[in-house]
Amino acid sequence: MAGYIFKRFVVAILTLLLIMTITFFLMNAVPGSPFLTEKSTPEMIARANAKYGLDKPLYVQLFNYVKNYLHGDLGTSLKMQEGTAVSTIIFHQGKFTLSLKLGLYALALAVVIGIPLGCIAAYNRGKWIDGFLRVVTTVGVAVPTFVLATMLLVVFAVKLKVLSTLSGSLQDFKSYIMPVISLSFYYTCYVAKLTRTSMLDAINQDYIRTARAKGVKTRALILKHALRNSLIPVITYLGPVMAGIITGSFVVESTFSIPGLGKYFVQSVLSRDYPVIMATTVVLSALVIFMNLVVDIAYKIVDPRINLITKED
Amino acid sequence: MDEKKTLLSVKDLKVSFFTPAGEVKAVNGISYDLGYNEVMGIVGESGSGKSVEAYSIIGLLQSPGKVIGGTIEFEGENVLEFDEERMRQFRGNKVSMIFQNPMTCLNPVYTIGNQLIEALMCHDKGYTKEQARKRAIEMLELVGINNAEKRIDQYPHEFSGGMRQRAMIAMALICEPKLLIADEPTTALDVTIQAQILELMKDLQKKENTSIIFITHNLGVVAEICDRVSVMYAGHIIEQGPVNDIFYEPRHPYTKGLLASTPRLDEETKERLIPIEGTPIDLLNPPKGCNFGPRCKDCMKICLREKPPFVEVGEGHISACWLHFMEKREEEARS
Repeated sequence: MAGYIFKRFVVAILTLLLIMTITFFLMNAVPGSPFLTEKSTPEMIARANAKYGLDKPLYVQLFNYVKNYLHGDLGTSLKMQEGTAVSTIIFHQGKFTLSLKLGLYALALAVVIGIPLGCIAAYNRGKWIDGFLRVVTTVGVAVPTFVLATMLLVVFAVKLKVLSTLSGSLQDFKSYIMPVISLSFYYTCYVAKLTRTSMLDAINQDYIRTARAKGVKTRALILKHALRNSLIPVITYLGPVMAGIITGSFVVESTFSIPGLGKYFVQSVLSRDYPVIMATTVVLSALVIFMNLVVDIAYKIVDPRINLITKED
Repeated sequence: MDEKKTLLSVKDLKVSFFTPAGEVKAVNGISYDLGYNEVMGIVGESGSGKSVEAYSIIGLLQSPGKVIGGTIEFEGENVLEFDEERMRQFRGNKVSMIFQNPMTCLNPVYTIGNQLIEALMCHDKGYTKEQARKRAIEMLELVGINNAEKRIDQYPHEFSGGMRQRAMIAMALICEPKLLIADEPTTALDVTIQAQILELMKDLQKKENTSIIFITHNLGVVAEICDRVSVMYAGHIIEQGPVNDIFYEPRHPYTKGLLASTPRLDEETKERLIPIEGTPIDLLNPPKGCNFGPRCKDCMKICLREKPPFVEVGEGHISACWLHFMEKREEEARS
């Protein structure tokens, strides 16, 4: 297992280098400059470029990025918070934590509610509750986040006035309610649908009949025998989603005015703040890679037939 | 051990499947008794209702199948009247079952030991975890799995087909049930393994004094292991008797046909096998008379009009055919 994780770590470093290269060329391919304002003259821009090393050839710039990253230096912001270290912006101003918290709560809700709903629907297949859940989950998958977020705002903040329109830095429980629900609703519904489908498949397997013939209780039948066998597709889905849920929270963060990383990421692209773009991309990519590894290990835990180490190793 | 005493008594059992096309009468009024320590074979072709009948005993019938009539008495209690919890405690404890395909019948994500221990622990028998594990190892040793201490912690995919069926048998017998229903337990295995499993079942049956209902379409297997045989056709038992009578003096035209169409390795004949002409009847629209009538080469007018009654044709040997009925009446008239 240790050898496997080490191998994955090496691959992860290579993947990140590749991602950096692609990001670097993509962001340089976009016209514009972080120093371009209504008042700036060509000389001012040239001076600024020289100051931050943006006048050097592209390969030198890329090499500098990689060198600095290997030293743990993510660079300084060029525009959004001029002169501040990017690592400070991402990690020490609470942006990453804020998005991570929001994402984790949304993910937890999707798992804690989605999986049981899927089980209930599968177990009651064809009954009214299954039909009801099918309608709800289909709607949930179809409704865009911004529509749901706006609807929640209109109903609970504007009409009923029970919740605040500004969630801010998510200081108290109340401010979490709407952002987490809007962010997780789609995922909850999707997880419920996935669980239902794979659960139905599992319920009709021979080993479920064997377990019934042994006299296993219905609850254990579903929770022990069927659920574990139907978790693989759900885990496959949840891994990458975990990272996506953090970047994907841009809409939610904007709607509820939460100063999170998702929102900042998009703003950094708009203002061509190259080091910030690069750093956010790398951090989020690392998160995706890490979650993929977690998923692969989770596979092995859920299904002993899965062999992580192939015979060639 | 009193062989005559009845363990299981099935009376006029009727099971139907309610499909969009109509009611399929999968089992249409079958009756039999099974004694303690007795092995009964149920033979018949696919779709004759043999598995459905067994599933109703253990309460595993799945929708749209439903028992619509009759009784199943187990040690004097009607199983069909059990509520869900009672049925659960009955399953696996008093009656257990092994299935056709050992490759898919064990849960792939739990160890063999986990599944064996679960079978024991879901019936409150007062075992502690260590005792249950010890018992599971004992059972694995009993069914001939070497190195049981180690193998108990392995997963089903680390077992071969024959080993898995052994583990299934161990799991089925761990609660010392009085009745074991074996639904084609050897069909999915290759011939050598088949013989080993049969040998094992015969052995265990003697050691553990378990009654067995052995469902199969393989007559060779029946001859090997059973005391008594019921032959099923289209939801009815059409002939029932001691195993030797059925093999050496089959009376019902269908049983005769079955035997005639079985290849024999002990006789050197160059004769062709004789098939039973025609196809099984459509259970959605069963004929008015004898179910086998349309395929029977001795079919008479009455066979197409009325269902034949059971006629005793030997000691403990009954057969449902108008031919026997006629013969018997002639005999009575003569005497």
